[in-house]
Amino acid sequence: MRSTPRRTSYGVKGAPYAFLIPAGLLFLLFFALPIGYAVWLSFRKVRVSGLGLGAGAREEVWAGLENYTGALSDSELLDGALRVLGYGCIVVPVMLGLALVFALMLDSERVRLAPVTRLAIFLPYAIPGVVAALLWGFLYLPDVSPFYFVLDRFGLPQPDLLDGGPLYLALSNIAVWGGTGFNMIVIYTALRAIPAEVYEAARLDGATPLQTALRIKIPMVAPSLVLTFFFSIIATLQVFSEPTTLKPLTNSVSTTWSPLMKVYQDAFGNGDIYAAAAQATLIALATLVLSFGFLRAANRRSKQEAAR
Amino acid sequence: MPYTKRRRLVSSAVAVALGATALAACGSSSDDDAAQSGPVSLTYWTWTPGMDKVVDLWNKGPGKKEQITVTVKKQASGDTLVTKILTAHKAGKAPDLVQAEYQALPTLVSNDALADIGDDVGDAKSKFADGVWQQTTLGTDAVYAVPQDIGPMMFYYREDLFKEYGLSVPATWEEFAETARALKKKAPDKDLTTFSANDSGLFAGLAQQAGARWWTTSGDKWKVGIDDAATKRVAEFWGGLVEEGAIDNQPMYTPAWNKALNTGKQIAWVSAVWAPGTLTTAAPDTKGKWAMAPLPQWGDGESRTGSWGGSSTGVTTDSGNKEAAAKFATWLNTDGDALNALAKEGGIYPASTSAQLSGAFTTAPEYFSNQPDFYRKAADIAETTAPSAWGPNVNVAYTTFRDAFGAAAKNKSGFTAALTTMQEDTVADLKKQGFGVAE
Repeated sequence: MRSTPRRTSYGVKGAPYAFLIPAGLLFLLFFALPIGYAVWLSFRKVRVSGLGLGAGAREEVWAGLENYTGALSDSELLDGALRVLGYGCIVVPVMLGLALVFALMLDSERVRLAPVTRLAIFLPYAIPGVVAALLWGFLYLPDVSPFYFVLDRFGLPQPDLLDGGPLYLALSNIAVWGGTGFNMIVIYTALRAIPAEVYEAARLDGATPLQTALRIKIPMVAPSLVLTFFFSIIATLQVFSEPTTLKPLTNSVSTTWSPLMKVYQDAFGNGDIYAAAAQATLIALATLVLSFGFLRAANRRSKQEAAR
Repeated sequence: MPYTKRRRLVSSAVAVALGATALAACGSSSDDDAAQSGPVSLTYWTWTPGMDKVVDLWNKGPGKKEQITVTVKKQASGDTLVTKILTAHKAGKAPDLVQAEYQALPTLVSNDALADIGDDVGDAKSKFADGVWQQTTLGTDAVYAVPQDIGPMMFYYREDLFKEYGLSVPATWEEFAETARALKKKAPDKDLTTFSANDSGLFAGLAQQAGARWWTTSGDKWKVGIDDAATKRVAEFWGGLVEEGAIDNQPMYTPAWNKALNTGKQIAWVSAVWAPGTLTTAAPDTKGKWAMAPLPQWGDGESRTGSWGGSSTGVTTDSGNKEAAAKFATWLNTDGDALNALAKEGGIYPASTSAQLSGAFTTAPEYFSNQPDFYRKAADIAETTAPSAWGPNVNVAYTTFRDAFGAAAKNKSGFTAALTTMQEDTVADLKKQGFGVAE
């Protein structure tokens, strides 16, 4: 029992680390390890000899940067990235613009039925992406869509929504429909947190509701706007389920339409997990650079403004 | 007191670690240890609906006698399962038995996932047509699987509408094109059929009928013949029809396609023996109005068909009880009772020739009650199936088909360039992996 005091001190000092062990272990096992394995795989490849039939005809070897050069020189991956860029240029501004407008409208004093409207705008977010894409897919197909039926009745032109430029609008529409509600809630919550004195002061100074919205509300919810923008960029770069669900309905969506679809196709369609791992690593890096680059830029601006 | 505290911390940390290992272990299936005498239990990955009921027959009958119990694990069909098998095999944990489409067999064999069961299947060879059996041997002396179902291709058409528009059933592809044009003239808003870039298997079957051999071997080299003369002919034919607008260019298996079949906007379908099942759900209103005929031919007096679909049962190299597994695979695909149950529960068309005219196949499918000799005709057509030649990267060829032909069909620009892309991508992939490739 001589060692009791020492044990006590060890126990107290070690406690935080002990409490960290579960989280740390889970992080290691389910996050760091798989990522590390994927990165390791991205430097490997399979080499087959001869006909490749039977045992021992196939061995995993070191590939160096081969998978990465392959991915970077693959025009399909680059084209996919450009397609997603075009898609993001539609989705992000439209979705965040709508979310901001809806949030400001809900926050204005003259609004009625606010809780019901809020729920109605938020509801599409609760619908799984695949279900939403299927639902819209049906509405886009001329032969089964009620929209086309109405257009036909009135003799109006019937655009093919699953081809060329309109395809981007069609895909963006699904994302905007599903994502606006969530972003609106985030901005709306920030709006509700603005202290009432600020508005009072504005009113005393004679600001109109529109001026209040533009000069006070929007600048004060800027951090939430940055946050929603950040989330939207990540979600856009990871677009997968909508084009994958629409793919069987049309010839216009290829199996490699978005970069993630290309990763999926290579890993599970073509069985080349090594190339897929390299592409996935590249996409993760690009996402990291883009999203944190944006965060830093936004932070720098707000710091400058604070200094002024 | 402090001692207990510390011990509690340690034990909870251990508990978390154990929990995590248990979670990690969930991904792999528990398998048998090694070959053993006495009771044997086997795991079987399959996507055939109702397979559990068929396996029950085995477990209560012959399996009980031999002390071999089979457990079914339901899987997704097609390419996803191939990837899953390969991943499990990498960990040495593949199930004992797997269902595999014929075109996936070379991929599985080249990954050393399928065992040679040639010594354990007895005289199973005699129960199958040569063209079918040859697909499970890959042209070697080994046997990598036992054929289960096949999908000989046939021509389906709306008998009533053909009469209405004064069309006759095309015996050659030439007449098929004429029929499509004649229909367009009489009813411009209708199509004879569509060319679907979603279905690589359909195009592969059509090429097979024309005599294409996409993968062949010479020495220890693969030769890829996707752009051979026969396939070119097929691609040009369908590309031409799409280009001139004689047929539709939209994919199959969409709500729009279902509606087109159901309302008579499309009045024919080049399909396979399993079509009655698809038509029952896709075009329920036209029941009894369809009829089946042999596929149109490339030459007069020829009678050949391709296959679209079909699968086999293989034993994996990871199995500790290959002999028992092969015994079950043979029973499942050659025993009369088993095949009857498979037809009834799973709706498959058996590869075993003796089963094609017995049990469930003595009467026509309900949807085709107007054609009582449906299965007699089907068995005759199945006999004319042309041999097929699959290689180790069918999946790559199929993906390229989907994208290249999809774009070509959309632009109505002919299929020759798309076929070249398909050939080049397939060869490039083989070379990249290190296979020997003959130019």
